[in-house]
Parts: sequence; C-alpha cells; structure tokens
Amino acid sequence: MNKFLRTYHPYVSPFDPCKPILEKTYSTPPNLFMGFQPPNLPQFSPQEALRAGTLWKAFYDPWFNPFEKPKRGETS
Amino acid sequence: MKQVPPEYYQIMEQLQAVDFVLVELSLYLDTHNDDLEAIKQFNHYAKERKRLKKMFESKFGPLQQFGNSYSAYPWNWDDSPWPWQV
Amino acid sequence: MWFYEKKLQYPVRVSTCNPTLAKFLIEQYGGADGELAAALRYLNQRYTIPDKVIGLLTDIGTEEFAHLEMIATMVYKLTKDATPEQLKAAGLGDHYADHDKALFYHNAAGVPFTAAYIQAKGDPIADLYEDIAAEEKARATYQWIINMSDDPDLNDGLRFLREREIIHSQRFREAVEILKEEQGKKKIF
Repeated sequence: MNKFLRTYHPYVSPFDPCKPILEKTYSTPPNLFMGFQPPNLPQFSPQEALRAGTLWKAFYDPWFNPFEKPKRGETS
Repeated sequence: MKQVPPEYYQIMEQLQAVDFVLVELSLYLDTHNDDLEAIKQFNHYAKERKRLKKMFESKFGPLQQFGNSYSAYPWNWDDSPWPWQV
Repeated sequence: MWFYEKKLQYPVRVSTCNPTLAKFLIEQYGGADGELAAALRYLNQRYTIPDKVIGLLTDIGTEEFAHLEMIATMVYKLTKDATPEQLKAAGLGDHYADHDKALFYHNAAGVPFTAAYIQAKGDPIADLYEDIAAEEKARATYQWIINMSDDPDLNDGLRFLREREIIHSQRFREAVEILKEEQGKKKIF
C-alpha cells in the first residue's frame, strides 16, 4: 500500500442501492509531512525530475488510475 | 507536409529537463534564500540552459522573442510549428 | 513584463482522439480550481503581500500559465480532428454549436469562468491558506480526471501537473512559516 494513502470504512446500510464500497481511500501527499524543507535532500537527475514532476525524491507521490493501460513501449 | 525531425523532440526534452530543474530550484530558493549549495546548482544549470538554448535555436529557430533571441533572415519567430502542434 | 517561450514545460502527448476526455479536462482550463484561476489568483495577491513572499507568488503564478498551456495542448490534441458527430457523442454538441473547436474558459459543466473564483482578502495568512487550499483542490481534480481516463500518455502529463500542485502547496506552507517568524529570529529546520 502506498504510504501516502489512507483508508476508512464507511457505514453500510442494507438499503444502499449501489454495491457497497467497503474501503475508501484518500490521498495524504508528502507536503503534509515535510514541514519546512531541510537542505540537501536526495534529488532525481534532471531527466528523471522532469518525468517525476519534482526534483526531490521525498515529494514524489504519483497517482494512477487502476484501469489505465500500459504506456506505449512499456511492459506492465 | 513538413514535420519536425526526431532530433527536435530529443533536444527539446533535454532543454525541458534542465529548465525544470531551474523552475524547481527557483521555487525552493524563494523560501530558502541562504542555501549556498542550491544556488551553486542553480547557476550551473543556468549556464547549461544557455548552451542548450543556443544549440536548439541554431537548428530550429528562436525560442523567445522581443530580443531575447537573434533572428535569421527572413524573420522566423512566427514559423510553425508552435508547441501545442508538435 | 512577461516573455513567451516557444516550448511546453513538459512534453505533452495524447494517444487517442477522445473528445470526452477534453470535456472533463476543460475543468482545469476555466474551472474554479483550474490553472487560469491559479495564475490570476497568485499574480493578483502579490501586490498586497509582504515582500518576503512576493517572489514566490510571482514564480508560481508564472508557472501556472505554463500549466494552462499544457491543458490547452491536451484539449487541442484530444479534439483536433474529431468530427461533429464524435463531438456530439462526447457531450460536446452544445460546445460545438457555440464555439466550434475553439477553446473557451469554462468548466466541465460549461459554466463560464468568473473572477469570483479568485479570492484576495489582503490578509497575508488568509490569502496563503487560500492558496494552499487551491493547490490541494487542483491536486484532487487531477486525481478524479486521471481516474476517468484510460489514456496512458494523457495521464502521464496529468500526473506531472498533479505533482506540481504538491510542490506548490509545500512552498506556500513554507511561506506561511516565513511570515510567522519573528523579526531577527533565524528559522529552524
């Protein structure tokens, strides 16, 4: 499980019309835990940083659609 | 039908990568103005972006205008393609 | 003064002609928590905020315009060669009737952009908390759009934009810390 996700379990009524989702998740991104960023945090290379959307590894927290098809030229 | 060569995308992405580091360091330095290491890194990549800009422009024309790039003859700033078209 | 650069901040790709996704994405173009609202919010607040954080608001506001151009590029590519039939099937018939394929500053439901989306209270803490909230809301919007999109190339660009919201929120949080500091006191990490 992604360390920047949290879960909770909503109340399920016998009269809920849709199939109940037993566990819900929400995002708690890295900026909530960093405080004032300390100097000299580990970095990505420029190429990796562009692809990640951040220069610092500690902030990298990508969001994926569970039904997304793999990208062209990528396996899985 | 004129299309840009594969090289356009390669050099463009190198420039985008270096410029991205500069954006990230700019925002960081806006709240950390005494981080000497980050400023050294910023100046290093500022120099690198000058080199890449010059190389890109020599092949594909000006990236900026209003005098921030030189012009060839005829005026080629408004040549296609624009960034959203490639 | 601002300068235009003939370059996107990130190499935007789209894998399929999919006007339905364009309809959702327009939320980040002309919606309440979109990139236009963000750019205008920060570049407007900077005139009445303490000097120590004007640079940050200027730089983030400027980056938001680069994001606006990325969203426009995505919408443009998703709809470029779509037929009126395809647009109609994607729920963009009303848009087509009024605008053809022109982009328009409105949200996913077609509500036109309004200055009322942009808060400016003139109180530095209130304004920065507004900015932090705006970044978190934009991050959430990107999540919901990614959840509805099966286009891996589009999602790649959207992930980049979502990550930028995380960084901007971080910097605004740091700006609050800077304004909390007492004069002459050194900040501690």
